[in-house]
Amino acid sequence: MSKAAFDIVQKARSNTRQTGLDYIHSIIPDFIELHGDRRYGDDASIVGGIGTLDGLPVTVIAIEKGHSAKERAMRNFGSPHPEGYRKALRLMKQAEKFHRPVICLVDTSGAYCGIGAEERGQGQAIAENLMEMMTLNTPIVSIVIGEGGSGGALALAVADRVWMLQSAIYSVISPEGCASILWKNAKLAAEAAGCLHLTAEDAYHYGIIEEIIQEDGRTTEELNAFIKQRLSDTIRKLRAEPELTEKRYARFRRIGAEPAALPELTEPQEEIDI
Amino acid sequence: MSFLTFSLREKNELEKGGRSRLPVMADENEPSKECPNCHKSIPLSELWFNNSVCSCGHHFLMKARQHLRMLCDDGSFEEHFGDIASSDPLSFPDYPEKLSTTQSASRETEAVVCGRAAIGGQPCWLFVMEPYFMMGSMGTAVGERITCTFEAATVERLPVVGCTLSGGARMQEGLLSLMQMAKTCGALKKHSDAGLFYLTVLTDPTTGGVTASFAMGGDIILAEPEATVGFAGARVIEQTTHKTLPKTFQKSEFLLEHGFVDAIVPRSEQRELIAKLLLWHREEAQDE
Repeated sequence: MSKAAFDIVQKARSNTRQTGLDYIHSIIPDFIELHGDRRYGDDASIVGGIGTLDGLPVTVIAIEKGHSAKERAMRNFGSPHPEGYRKALRLMKQAEKFHRPVICLVDTSGAYCGIGAEERGQGQAIAENLMEMMTLNTPIVSIVIGEGGSGGALALAVADRVWMLQSAIYSVISPEGCASILWKNAKLAAEAAGCLHLTAEDAYHYGIIEEIIQEDGRTTEELNAFIKQRLSDTIRKLRAEPELTEKRYARFRRIGAEPAALPELTEPQEEIDI
Repeated sequence: MSFLTFSLREKNELEKGGRSRLPVMADENEPSKECPNCHKSIPLSELWFNNSVCSCGHHFLMKARQHLRMLCDDGSFEEHFGDIASSDPLSFPDYPEKLSTTQSASRETEAVVCGRAAIGGQPCWLFVMEPYFMMGSMGTAVGERITCTFEAATVERLPVVGCTLSGGARMQEGLLSLMQMAKTCGALKKHSDAGLFYLTVLTDPTTGGVTASFAMGGDIILAEPEATVGFAGARVIEQTTHKTLPKTFQKSEFLLEHGFVDAIVPRSEQRELIAKLLLWHREEAQDE
């Protein structure tokens, strides 16, 4: 069980996997990249722009990890800084203005943990995306294509539909982080991966995602053609959907909304330290 | 009466509005606590009386109900959504035991206390996070209670005051915890879009998924002095960057300098300032 989950973690992280730009070039070949957050800079770990999907203009935002060592370093290994999230939000607001649907491709081990990221408000940038995406008045479809690492992934996944590739993962914390907090030993990551229920099947089971996109038995071309067709069909359906943002809120509102039985408070075992 | 028995009575006292009563426990056996800043030993009753602030200005962790007692008008606090509890949806190892230990230790059913009260005569909804319950970690019950608080405030057209304190999303509830970030942000966005006022007080520590969601969503963001507020943990950043971080890193003062909080407000000034801000944001004031 744990082993199986950790195998998927390793698949999701593999640098031979298709990255955000691979999907974009295949699904939206006329893609034009747009740079910068208009506030501080341009974050290479988030790629955004416009293109057409079966003739319909769309905004596409992807977290890009890169393939070669050099490219991966340039992309900061797919760990965005606040300016990346702010660029994404700028492009989403632009999409709303011009009634363009938004497609987000998520692939990150997490938002970057660094001094500059904290100085420029990593938490604030993510929080703002969560709030603004919830009421963005245009369809949003997010696909977790590799790693869906915590808040840094969610900041591009407050969507009407969230899908995951078969061997993608989506988790509140990395298995290594979880193991080092729980058992003070990052080497127990495989056990932690099992406990965290981070596979696409788990996410589907818990009602976090709508679809799992099968990779097995499909060539890269077939997989990309399938994703393109699903996106095209879904976006057309969502564009006609009334009260889209209300439904988006309801989609998240129900998660964890069934209250459990209230615990009986017993006498405290230890003195409270005020 | 021991301090412990006093603290057990606290919840009922608060609901009855027993705000002014002090713990009667000044005897030679009274436990004390050392201030990490000035190293003075402070008897717990004195700490309680001073809202867990040392005479040197150091702010200790404060229980959610003590914070509520400090902010709310006498007898005005009514607790709501206290019947929403966490389950163990992932069957996570040792989580039920952990929940039960932390419930006993904190005398709370979850890591946030929510309700309706008045501050300086101004009605509002509040949520205050509890340090002694898994350091305020956010699972489904915390997310649900806070979401319900925003929704109730939106229906009644009242402001929300939130005191944040959290280690982040609760990993024992996995993705369900992560999704609470989106849920609470959605509820607060709807409250905000209705033209209503939300004020946050960031207390030590506010980190991770709480910083990256409702903590940073306030119209006005206040912070307690020297509170640690950030997204990533300092240890993780040191490991990632291989740099030693300055002592001021991720403190309230650092956030003020970088433009992420409006003001740093010690506990002694919070009640008066919040009352004033609620007064100025009341709907009648906007139309005058």
